Amino acid sequence: MIARLRFDNTTIGYGQKPVLHSISLAVLPGEVLGIVGPNGVGKSTLIKAASGILPPIEGRIFINNNDISRLSPSERARDLAVVPQARQLPEAFTTRDVVLMGRTPYLGWFAGESEVDHRIADEVMSKTAIAHLADRQVGELSGGEQQRVLIARALAQTPSVLLLDEPTAHLDLKHQDEVLKLVRELALKEDFAVVITLHDLNLVARFSDRVALLSNGRVRDVGDPAQVLTPDELGEVYGVEIHVSSHPIHGTPLVLS
Amino acid sequence: MEKENPLISASGHPGQLQGVRSRFLTPWIWVGGGLIIMAVLSAAIGPVAIPPNVIFKILLSRLPFATIEVDWPSTFNTILYQIRLPHTALIALTGMALGASGAAYQGLFRNPLADPYIIGVASGAGLAAVLTMSIQWPSTTLGLITIPAAAFTGALITVGIVYLFARVGRTTPITTLILAGVAVSTFTSALTSLIMLLSTDELYRAIAWLMGGSALGGWPPVLAALPYLFVGLAVLLFLGRPLNVLQFGDEQALQLGLNVERYKLVIVAASSLVAATAVSFSGIIGFIGLVVPHLVRLLWGPDYRRLIPLATIVGGIVLLASDIVARTILAPRELPVGIVTAVIGAPFFLWLLRRAKQVRFW
Repeated sequence: MIARLRFDNTTIGYGQKPVLHSISLAVLPGEVLGIVGPNGVGKSTLIKAASGILPPIEGRIFINNNDISRLSPSERARDLAVVPQARQLPEAFTTRDVVLMGRTPYLGWFAGESEVDHRIADEVMSKTAIAHLADRQVGELSGGEQQRVLIARALAQTPSVLLLDEPTAHLDLKHQDEVLKLVRELALKEDFAVVITLHDLNLVARFSDRVALLSNGRVRDVGDPAQVLTPDELGEVYGVEIHVSSHPIHGTPLVLS
Repeated sequence: MEKENPLISASGHPGQLQGVRSRFLTPWIWVGGGLIIMAVLSAAIGPVAIPPNVIFKILLSRLPFATIEVDWPSTFNTILYQIRLPHTALIALTGMALGASGAAYQGLFRNPLADPYIIGVASGAGLAAVLTMSIQWPSTTLGLITIPAAAFTGALITVGIVYLFARVGRTTPITTLILAGVAVSTFTSALTSLIMLLSTDELYRAIAWLMGGSALGGWPPVLAALPYLFVGLAVLLFLGRPLNVLQFGDEQALQLGLNVERYKLVIVAASSLVAATAVSFSGIIGFIGLVVPHLVRLLWGPDYRRLIPLATIVGGIVLLASDIVARTILAPRELPVGIVTAVIGAPFFLWLLRRAKQVRFW
């Protein structure tokens, strides 16, 4: 099976200053890869590199076996979509306006949205359960609703890779659950490869198929959540004593500090 | 299976079509009507008043096969065709240019206080125009063509400098943008004054022009402005969609597949061309580019696909109105229209500045 997204011995950083060294990772169709690590380790940097706005210093990144440095912004955006944090939304646009902007990579210089674009927007809005909010201004929506709008916008790009950078950062427990369940479901149904950065190790444990633990500018460990999220590993990376038990309902690792 | 009406399915549920249509139609009726009324008033008002119904008759009598009884003094024809109509046309075009470029600059910088005057583009264009004029003053036919080209170059250089100094990391904050604009426009204005002082002849005309006095009369400046404005406005009118995408910031726009640098370059070129043309033929008129897009945004929302064309037309309306005030308030003396727009616009700017601290605009 061809990896949807692959880092091939990639060194990433700002200017010539590396933040992440020799990263090698592959994400398969239908798979959710969780990225964890302490603050400032380069989780967001990884997302920026994968979305092509930060060219790697060394090595290459592939989307469906295409080197992203050889793709134009619109070619790349047809295959890979990013869900940013919700607080950066211009408030006065309607939900429909924002979702339709996901069609940008398919529209030329002076083109407007076609009927097909509107139909795709309708589809992704019902998939993300925001169809009833179509004509509301996004500034009026709750954090969870805004996050779903951004997921819908990403889906409107009809990508095969979905990157989410701390999608639950400003959400309460209920909305965290909703958003991550939706992402999990989409990965399975649509065969997306999903890369998600999360602070909350328990959410990572519940919603990812595999976890990559970043530490000191490197991928320290990749694998099944139960194998990566161990007291020894986490204790060393985060510098605090950590206990791991089993989630009483989901059976996934439960991390306590 | 029921065949769906694509228009209706596109807007969600059937009841919405009406709403969508009226939402898009209403502003056009208002601004279109406003522009026509204001243009007629502008042509009617002056030392010799020409009643609006006579204006229509004079215009209609020009049509072939029109049989209209001439019941007005023949001087009206001359006044209307040689003086009033070209003046009205130039003022309307200038206002349109300022409204459109203001809206585009605000979208480009993602900054509600950007406007060709405040960010120094107008004075940069003014400096280049005066430089050109000092070589070929008074205006000749060649001058009419070269002045806008020089002003465009001046505008581009200025916007580049201001942008470089105003940029902090990936954003263009309000404070640095205004500071850079003030610094650059003070500098260019000083140079402009120096050149005008050195070239003693026709100093008064140059000053009046610079204050937005529309010293140029007759049809030649209108005709010379048209091609520049046509190109610049056509580009801006079509770039509403990418401008919308840019409101999410460069990073998101790039991730959405927009070739950000290329679009920004085209938008800055088109809005500078339009602003420079306005400066070339009507002098430096402040605050129209600031006030008008705000008014439009307040009334009809932030969508640049509508904001740009509406700001264009409303810009024409507002400048025509300001010009009527400038010509009548101290009649028979005529004030430069730039004074009127500054008196109305500057308090508005301060009010916006206060508001910008409290709420986020976008």
